[in-house]
Amino acid sequence: MSDFEDTIARDQRIEPGDAMPDGYRSTMIRQIAQHAHSEIIGMQPEGEWITRAPSLRRKAILLAKVQDEAGHGLYLYSAAETLGADRGDLTRRLIEGRQKYSSIFNYPTLTFADVGVIGWLVDGAAICNQVPLCRSSYGPYGRAMIRICKEESFHQRQGFELLMTMMGGTPGQRAMVQDAVNRWWWPSLMMFGPPDDQSPNSARSMAWKIKRHSNDELRQRYVDMSVPQAEALGVTLPDDELRWNADRGHYDFGTPDWAELTRVISGDGPCNAARIERRRRADEDGAWVREAAAAHARKREKVVA
Amino acid sequence: MNHEWPLFEVFVRARRGLNHVHVGSLRAADHEMAVHHARDLYTRRNEGVSIWVVRSDDVVASSPEDKAAFFEPSGDKSYRHPTYYTIPGSVPHI
Repeated sequence: MSDFEDTIARDQRIEPGDAMPDGYRSTMIRQIAQHAHSEIIGMQPEGEWITRAPSLRRKAILLAKVQDEAGHGLYLYSAAETLGADRGDLTRRLIEGRQKYSSIFNYPTLTFADVGVIGWLVDGAAICNQVPLCRSSYGPYGRAMIRICKEESFHQRQGFELLMTMMGGTPGQRAMVQDAVNRWWWPSLMMFGPPDDQSPNSARSMAWKIKRHSNDELRQRYVDMSVPQAEALGVTLPDDELRWNADRGHYDFGTPDWAELTRVISGDGPCNAARIERRRRADEDGAWVREAAAAHARKREKVVA
Repeated sequence: MNHEWPLFEVFVRARRGLNHVHVGSLRAADHEMAVHHARDLYTRRNEGVSIWVVRSDDVVASSPEDKAAFFEPSGDKSYRHPTYYTIPGSVPHI
């Protein structure tokens, strides 16, 4: 048994510099990079509402949240770099469409209620996915996830509180919340990935203890968590098949439109092109600042020497 | 042209009385910018009272492959531990 297999079998962590199979390294880089890209692209849907937040309090909260997303992206790029990946190269792969990010960020934020629903449902699904990743076999990834999960809890709670406030408002505001829930519920369920029997890489990731639970297990857990929250909020989840199953001890629920997930992942969602275009522009517009800072640092180094 | 900034390792002292602990890395043009970025990235919620940054390429690490041979010398010296010594239970405060 190799040191790598032994470490995994004893449920210990793989650390940077350890010998590891090429497949483990490339899977880890791909997963961490996709996760980092999701955080960075994830700044956009909510970022659009910063200038239009209805109060200074909501604006400050939203700014802090979007800044956290940037931070999460950077923790993750840092983890990817411990495997020999290069941050600039990963960004280029994202912009050129050679690496993916979570399909959820390709949906538009039409009203301010979407900000609340993203916090509640989208960040709720992210927490469900990410809590088990804190025990992922790659040390730097697990440690980044611990930091991220702590902060996601603020994200989810601010979203739920925002929605509770709107639900206590006018009939128009309540309708806005219900409309946002109707649009985000199914894409949130898709965040857990395709069904287990159509998820080709899952078995290997489970064997390597990168993943700890299957897509369908986590999806079920998320549905079970969300139903009582929806009741507390006074909204209806848009699924006719959603009902408690006493035999299973879980909620039964309908089947997401997997064709839609495939379409959005492959680039044909409502906002894919706009998201990537904005990221590309930000990278290009920032290039001269990065170059100027580097030139300034070189000059000062010379003066000291 | 590769205009990637160099990589820095970041260490944060959570509060007075504790060691600085490694928390991750970041990219910055120089040390001064690295300290500012480290504050924004790793101490947004009062996680620290002091920050160190070190150029990653200045860090020298022991080699994981030589782990066994490198740390072995301390493995067979159980007499370095207090539990190695048998003292009658009747002897107080030892």
